[in-house]
Amino acid sequence: MSAPAVTPDPLHLVLGEEELLVERAVRAALEAARLADPEAELRRVRVTEITPAELAEMLSPSLFAEGRVVVLDAAQEVGKEIAEAVTTYAKQPADGVVLVVVHTGGGRSKAAKDLPGALRKAGARLTECAKITKPSEREAFVRDEVRRAGGRIDPAGVAALVEAVGQDLRELASAAGQLVADAGGKIGEAEVRRYHRGRAEVTGFVVAEKAVTGDRVGALEALRWALHLGVAHVLIADALADAVRTIARVSAVGRADPFRLAGELGMPPWKVKKAQAQARGWNQDGLAAAMQVVADLNAEVKGVAADPGYALERAVLRILDAHQPR
Amino acid sequence: MTPAVTTGVWADVVGQPEAVRVLLEAARAALHFTSGRSAAPGAMTHAWLFTGPPGSGRSVAARSFAAALQCTGDAEEPGCGECSACRTAVAGTHADVRVVVPEGLSISVSEMRSLVQVAARRPTTGRWQVVLIEDADRLTEGAANALLKAVEEPPARTVFLLCAPSDHPDDVSVTIRSRCRVLSLGTPSPAAIADVLHRRDGLDPQTAEWAASVCGGHVGRARRLATDDEARRRRESVLRIPLGLRRFADVFPASDDLVRSAESEAKTVSGTLDEAEREALQTAMGAGGTGKGTASATRGAKGALKDLERRQKSRATRTQRDALDRALVDLAGFYRDVLLAAFGADAPLAHPDKAEDVRAAAGQWTPESALRRLEAVLACREALDMNVKPRIAVEALVTALHTGR
Repeated sequence: MSAPAVTPDPLHLVLGEEELLVERAVRAALEAARLADPEAELRRVRVTEITPAELAEMLSPSLFAEGRVVVLDAAQEVGKEIAEAVTTYAKQPADGVVLVVVHTGGGRSKAAKDLPGALRKAGARLTECAKITKPSEREAFVRDEVRRAGGRIDPAGVAALVEAVGQDLRELASAAGQLVADAGGKIGEAEVRRYHRGRAEVTGFVVAEKAVTGDRVGALEALRWALHLGVAHVLIADALADAVRTIARVSAVGRADPFRLAGELGMPPWKVKKAQAQARGWNQDGLAAAMQVVADLNAEVKGVAADPGYALERAVLRILDAHQPR
Repeated sequence: MTPAVTTGVWADVVGQPEAVRVLLEAARAALHFTSGRSAAPGAMTHAWLFTGPPGSGRSVAARSFAAALQCTGDAEEPGCGECSACRTAVAGTHADVRVVVPEGLSISVSEMRSLVQVAARRPTTGRWQVVLIEDADRLTEGAANALLKAVEEPPARTVFLLCAPSDHPDDVSVTIRSRCRVLSLGTPSPAAIADVLHRRDGLDPQTAEWAASVCGGHVGRARRLATDDEARRRRESVLRIPLGLRRFADVFPASDDLVRSAESEAKTVSGTLDEAEREALQTAMGAGGTGKGTASATRGAKGALKDLERRQKSRATRTQRDALDRALVDLAGFYRDVLLAAFGADAPLAHPDKAEDVRAAAGQWTPESALRRLEAVLACREALDMNVKPRIAVEALVTALHTGR
């Protein structure tokens, strides 16, 4: 057996909840180990399912020095004994064994919470897999995916893809790979639209935002999509009510620094800022009328109206009618 | 007409001389009937429906009647208020008086089914098996149907007493209504309320009179206002709203205030009861026990706890809605007064102590806008009843109160 060209890191810590990224990190660690020793075997266990003795057995070097990759899943549920065993091992890792600890970053017990810190101190290689929540991060992810697959995508294409596929990273990744394979290297909005039609997700908030900014066509289209996708009527009605009330509250106190108002009104600053921008299209009479509309709508979607879908559409149209620049 | 009876259990039935006369006669006939003598025909019947506006004392009248039916005291004046049967019946602990007081939003069909079984039994110690349902308007459709057969043909010694705001089909289904004898109570006069507050609760005449004049004919509310500072403070803050809405910006603090005080009232109730009830149930289900068999004993406790939590939540919603409704009734009274003042009518005001505010408001608003505001208040009450989120409904209401359109 030839000496390995590279020595894999003996200790990995995968921190975060984004499943796809966690899987990739584990696979990367395995591939790195196989680079050194193509025969390296993979052992994958949940920390709650093993005893300290079993762990010690798994982590000790084998008689014939075969490589081994041990993945400890769900380390946030670790008990005190196993946590101690892992940290002790981390200080003196065995030759030819790669330990990958998968941890969400949370955890209930103190032992589970302290584990990531102890591993980091022991020199574990850290891979962060935090959940992607911000749209900009998601767009960056899509761009990276396309690049990995060997293509390029323009911003309009990214937006179209996210709109059509939804927010699930796994689906986005596979859609991106497929697009590169189908459409060749360069992807724009037209290429995305050729393969994907419709929308994956329309929330009540999208409908509400379009309605209170006076986007008649956009609001009705979004509403139809939301109803088509099965968003509950009550949720859309609540989102509409919340949008109208937020604007009313913010415009009632007049223009001021959003950060100061945020404390006063009990909402986050970005919400105040957004409402201040939206309030430009509203005068007092319009707001009063719109508030009445959403209050009526709340009763209608809860069983007063014969057809809640119709009630929603009518309410959106009424809000649009009440919307007029001051 | 015979003079009003105000002795024994009848003393609590405030300002309803006519109803008391009918009930007393029925109780007398019932007594004759059970003791084997000839009874006045038609005076007694097996199912009664007590109707009347909130606070007129429907459930009190029903309880007094139940006591009179069970009374073991004076033979000619049933309902002495002295014997143990009277006392326990009024307190709700009499073995043969089944009282259903819904704490939640509705009375379920399973509750009614078990009640029907109880109603089929013969009385044990008393003369009658009495089933009393307060708030019969909260019976769900299924529950009403479950009750129907029993009300139609009850066993010989069973009496049903139902209470509801009115005999309108919205409150009581027509099928139930047609099987009951309706006894309608009127709004008690302020003088009668002041008298009972003074006599029974020992309040000084001035406070009693004030409370009686502003309570809108609601005896319980009058007592609350007379004795509870917090209730008085809430009423003041509610009645400050109409004239306090000068700018659009005033709308939100005012509605916040309304919703929050209702929420805090609900929280006080659940704060005092919820935890204690939980603990009592857990103990009853065997929590905290040691030794063999405790683990299997507590296994089924989770479901029971969940059930309790569901009931507590329903109660909290109801308390909050009731508190909000009281505030809205006060507001409606104010706008009614404004209308009276605008037209120069000399009917008694709902809030005599706010006469100045009312005159000021009548000078500011046209009668049309005062009427629109009054209708907005009533529409809001309906909306809350329809399960609209309180905050949304109240904000829309206060906006309408501000614009008057």
